[in-house]
Amino acid sequence: MQAFDPTALRGDLASARFEPGPTDDKLILSMGPQHPSTHGVLRIMLELDGEYILRAEPVLGYIHRMHEWMAEQKTYMQFMPNMGRVDYLHAMAWNWAYAGAVERLMGVEVPKRAEYIRVAVTELNRISSHLLWWGAYLLDLGAFTPIMYAFDDREIILDILQAVTGSRLTYSYFTIGGVYGDVPADFASRCLAFTRHLRSRLPMYRDLVTDNVILRGRCEDIGVMDVELARRYGATGPCIRGSGAPVDTRRAEPYGVYNRFDFRIPAYTEGDAMARYMVRMDELVTSCDIIDQAVQGLPEGPIQAKVGKTVKPPKGEACYAVEGARGKIIIHVRSDGGPKPYRVKLRAPGFSNLSVFCDLARGTLLADAVSILGSLDLVIPEIDR
Amino acid sequence: MNLEQLLSLDYPLTRLVIGLLCIFAFVGLNGLVLVWVERKVAGHCQLRPGPLHVGPHGLLQPLVDAVKLIGKQLVAPFGSDKALFWLAPLLAFAPVTVCMLPLPWGPDMAMIPMNTGLVLILAFSGLGVLSLILAGWGSNNKWGLLGAARSVAQSVAYEVPLLLSVMAVAITAGSLDLFQISAQQGGWPWQWYGVKNPLAFFIFLVCAVAETNRAPFDLPEAESELTAGFHTEYSGMGFGLFFLAEYANMIIVSGVAAALFLGGWQGPFLPGVWWFLVKIYCILFFIIWLRWTYPRVRFDQLLNLSWKWLTPLALLDLALAVIVAGFGG
Repeated sequence: MQAFDPTALRGDLASARFEPGPTDDKLILSMGPQHPSTHGVLRIMLELDGEYILRAEPVLGYIHRMHEWMAEQKTYMQFMPNMGRVDYLHAMAWNWAYAGAVERLMGVEVPKRAEYIRVAVTELNRISSHLLWWGAYLLDLGAFTPIMYAFDDREIILDILQAVTGSRLTYSYFTIGGVYGDVPADFASRCLAFTRHLRSRLPMYRDLVTDNVILRGRCEDIGVMDVELARRYGATGPCIRGSGAPVDTRRAEPYGVYNRFDFRIPAYTEGDAMARYMVRMDELVTSCDIIDQAVQGLPEGPIQAKVGKTVKPPKGEACYAVEGARGKIIIHVRSDGGPKPYRVKLRAPGFSNLSVFCDLARGTLLADAVSILGSLDLVIPEIDR
Repeated sequence: MNLEQLLSLDYPLTRLVIGLLCIFAFVGLNGLVLVWVERKVAGHCQLRPGPLHVGPHGLLQPLVDAVKLIGKQLVAPFGSDKALFWLAPLLAFAPVTVCMLPLPWGPDMAMIPMNTGLVLILAFSGLGVLSLILAGWGSNNKWGLLGAARSVAQSVAYEVPLLLSVMAVAITAGSLDLFQISAQQGGWPWQWYGVKNPLAFFIFLVCAVAETNRAPFDLPEAESELTAGFHTEYSGMGFGLFFLAEYANMIIVSGVAAALFLGGWQGPFLPGVWWFLVKIYCILFFIIWLRWTYPRVRFDQLLNLSWKWLTPLALLDLALAVIVAGFGG
């Protein structure tokens, strides 16, 4: 047996850059990329004093798949399936952002029925994303049961969306100028039944989980992000709405037919993990309201604008912003007139939200860092792209 | 001394050997049953059936799992302190056997009846934390070290109110003998110390959950924070022994709770040992139920709960018990 030589373990690039210097009682800890609560392959370098975090630094790139480069190698429609893989939890919003950007580039008018269907499926997808976040966050906090209840509700959404799109997770349902297929006849009734069901479940979740004293102790005053900090890092979505700024792309720059719906933008002023939690729980109701209005007002008509066999936008560039479950998604497409995009830039909200983590985690306990990380609702494939 | 004398149960050494054999059998079998109960309760808490396919209602699932654990290679991480690393799981299991000896299973059923059984259990259950330190230290793992550090602070913090609550009952009963304490209570709930002194019972239960490292106080092995805490590097039977020791510790605290607060073996109709088992399993079910219901507390909250609430309350309870005992006696 070879004797143990501590100098042989030099670590990799990330840990070499994270040297503590000549301190004697600091612990350098590499949390991830295989850690139960970094949700996939996020890695965080931590400098600890006891259990207190002195410095935290995310290390990215473990699931970088070159989506933006792939876009340049494929035709406009061929790139659509990639969108479901960027953020697999809210694939519909990414579908919409990409389709919207190309449509804006080409000046295509999307039929009203397609717009309503887009709203309904995107909001259903948002609910399923929030439910999964809810379960996973409580898993981070050590409560094992809620995720099963969340999945029970989420299952209904997946069934509805499977009937519509054919897939259950990585949807590729949008086309340039519409949606891929019409919804089944019972779509509206199933959606309404689901929103009724979810609304009846939410009081139970509030009583059993949200009002739990241990959960409150783990969330309140943890990771307080004031609105200035959020703005500085470009944090969007529930993260900034929890900091007191009711910023929502659906209201601020309405896309599709969102300006036709009546819905409330939930916002809390505390800025802590609990505020972000409450924003997401309230958004479940908001999404239910939008779904109800969308499926009840679903107009008849075509679901696809005339675009032609090959999508060939004119020379130019276009930008399209969408409110995803995690924040503002922006896709910027530049065309040189050919059948493939010249450049596609994806702006993932999770990247900006994660950047705040370094500031929030400083001075907290290790357990709080896990709580903060969960409250930011990170999807690592979206951050790395 | 003839052979007959040696084989009789009155001879201390024979009694000890037979007692230890019974304890090993009981702990092993009960570990299997408890794993099954835990997974079934967890399943039904979570809208799913739990283990279902191996044996009737998954009853044989723990057996299969145990065979799998035993069959695994024993792996020690590079750079670990091998001696300490393998000593730790054995040491986790050792106090369990001692603590089981004085438990009063029935009016005349104990491995070794002794008049200071309570002291023995409290003394040896304090040893359990040593194994966690060794495991965390010996495995050359930062998560393990953090888990070990947590376990020490937690154990120190919760042994104080635990001892105080037990002392309150001991003073009321005027004895440290688990048999006498059980015998002084009756078969009906209003005769139990748990009903007469609910505060001590409550404090004991909370501390018992914390001492056995069960959720919501499972900080030394908090898997969403410390991956698996002190047993991060253990696999196979090394992990299995920690696992078994945790369940055995649960049985011990439940047994002590049943003897101190729930009237021990006493109850109507059934013979004593069955009542004792029923009471133990009710408390075990409660502990399991807690685990699958609550989120985990944070470390400083855990210590605050002990030092700011449980310890003063336990002191108050002890003072009351002394006053009541003084006036009553």
